[in-house]
Amino acid sequence: MSLIQKLAFRNLFHDRLRLIATVIGIVFSIVLVTVQMGLYLGFGRMVTTMIDRADADLWIMPQGTKCFEDPALLDVRKRFRALSIEGVAQVNPVVIGFADWRTPAGTTTPVFVVGSDVKNGGLHPWNVIEGQVESLSIPDAVAADQSYFDRLGVEGLGSTAEIRQQKVRIAVVTSGIRSFTTTPYVFTTTERARQYAGLPSAKATYFLVRVAPNADIEQTRRRLAANIDEVEVLTTAEFRERSRSFWLFDTGAGMALFAGALLGIIVGTVIVAQTLYSSTKDHLDEFATLRAIGSSGSYIYQVIIWQAMISAIIGFCLAAIAGFAITALTAGSALPILMTPLLLAGLFALTVAMCVASAIAAIVKVMRVDPAMVFSR
Amino acid sequence: MTAVLQAENIVKVLGQGAAEVHALKGVNVSLGTGELTLLMGPSGSGKTTLLSILGCILSPTEGAVSVGGQSTEGAEPEELADLRRRNIGFVFQSYHLFPTLTATDNVRLALDVRGERGRKAVSRARDALAMVGLAHKLTSFPGQMSGGEQQRVAIARAIVGDASAILADEPTAALDSENGHAIMTILSEIASDAARGVLVVTHDPRLLPFATRIVRIEDGRIVSEEQGQAKRKVKANA
Repeated sequence: MSLIQKLAFRNLFHDRLRLIATVIGIVFSIVLVTVQMGLYLGFGRMVTTMIDRADADLWIMPQGTKCFEDPALLDVRKRFRALSIEGVAQVNPVVIGFADWRTPAGTTTPVFVVGSDVKNGGLHPWNVIEGQVESLSIPDAVAADQSYFDRLGVEGLGSTAEIRQQKVRIAVVTSGIRSFTTTPYVFTTTERARQYAGLPSAKATYFLVRVAPNADIEQTRRRLAANIDEVEVLTTAEFRERSRSFWLFDTGAGMALFAGALLGIIVGTVIVAQTLYSSTKDHLDEFATLRAIGSSGSYIYQVIIWQAMISAIIGFCLAAIAGFAITALTAGSALPILMTPLLLAGLFALTVAMCVASAIAAIVKVMRVDPAMVFSR
Repeated sequence: MTAVLQAENIVKVLGQGAAEVHALKGVNVSLGTGELTLLMGPSGSGKTTLLSILGCILSPTEGAVSVGGQSTEGAEPEELADLRRRNIGFVFQSYHLFPTLTATDNVRLALDVRGERGRKAVSRARDALAMVGLAHKLTSFPGQMSGGEQQRVAIARAIVGDASAILADEPTAALDSENGHAIMTILSEIASDAARGVLVVTHDPRLLPFATRIVRIEDGRIVSEEQGQAKRKVKANA
């Protein structure tokens, strides 16, 4: 440890109460940013779960579709048109819609129905823990996530309920398919999805396109867009981005999360700046002595910057532990807080930047220190 | 004898407008190697202001200062700091040690600001502490030492970088007579180095026996300059 680091370390630990206040400020600030950014990442991932899980190279959708949950409809005849386009291997319809689930006890709860043909690729339930996806082709069969059993008033495989006066039976149980809207997903076939959601039989919400092995996805996308009227054709990545952008920014949810994170940064910066400034004021005599014995300005700034860095490292480590704990606690929730390596690295950089920026006020104070004060004290 | 510090026609005006004070009014003074000069005068006579100017901490309003033959005229604060760390060692009335650092680290600080680091710096700091009789206090913190011991650490810090001028501001004012005597004995020893000069600001007449030269200042003017009672005993530089 260099003498500069030792001096910075000792200056900090000399007043432990102030150090604790500084560290608490950093921890609260970084945990707040972690939660906000973790929610942002979790939300971003949750809103595109269905798109990520779908078996598709391209998505054909009604013009102006904003997100996966957008209930606009396509005419099924467009599917045959799409199948005739060069480079297209498969076109699988997906039907989505809201419906009312009537529990055996007679209460109702809204559900989000996702219909896809079981025999072909499309959008089928995943993380299956009981039953088989193929069994969804059996009349009345649906798939539901175990986390929603209480809401749906069912107990497990074989339990029955009603949608639109039609009996439904749990044939597939999944784990971890949570909806950020908290409305349970119910998977079934396209035909029954239409019935449950009250949609016309000649309609579908999306056509999921599989491109032939040797075909170029972008060229196929252009051909589909040019040959089918009143639709948009997006790659999976494009639809994912559009959906995420809609939920995060068009609804204002993302901005609210960013605003929370910004607030955390501001609060943290102010707390660290205030404590560093008061620490510097308390050690002004020492900085004046350093200046008097000939230290350069940069030498003194390094002491202050190291104080900020040490505070940042201690604060970040504690905040990271708290962040991981929160991440673990929310892992099974409808909106989990995500902690990725990139977020962790970003938070560390942010903590250091915040603390170093906080040192500016202290540095300005030291810049004005008059070394002659060593003679008067 | 070579002049390590030279001040010519120094005028220093402090404050502005109605609060303006002419602290120094055309002072000429120098500090040579091998001498211990006492700068004496009553409170408010301008002796600390003169010490600050000689130590390149304050800039004169008028006049010229040279350190080791180098003029300070027009020097920026960073250049003055560089002059200080290369040429001047300070001893302050209230020691100004770093309470969170050991005696060795306090002394090492004077080398660290010059970019001298590592084992050699530690070794030099220990040698300097041994020179002032504190070889047994290397790892002690200021709070664990007496006032006299703390002042000796401050002296070790002033001499460790081989400064040619040691400027001491009332170095014995906070000490009892026994410790004050011990400190002045050490400063006399330092002044006997052919490469160093020591300037001590004081108003304590008990220090007179240690001086090779006495400069008296009153109302911002040098009023007398005389030989001290001490004989110059210059040792050849090793």
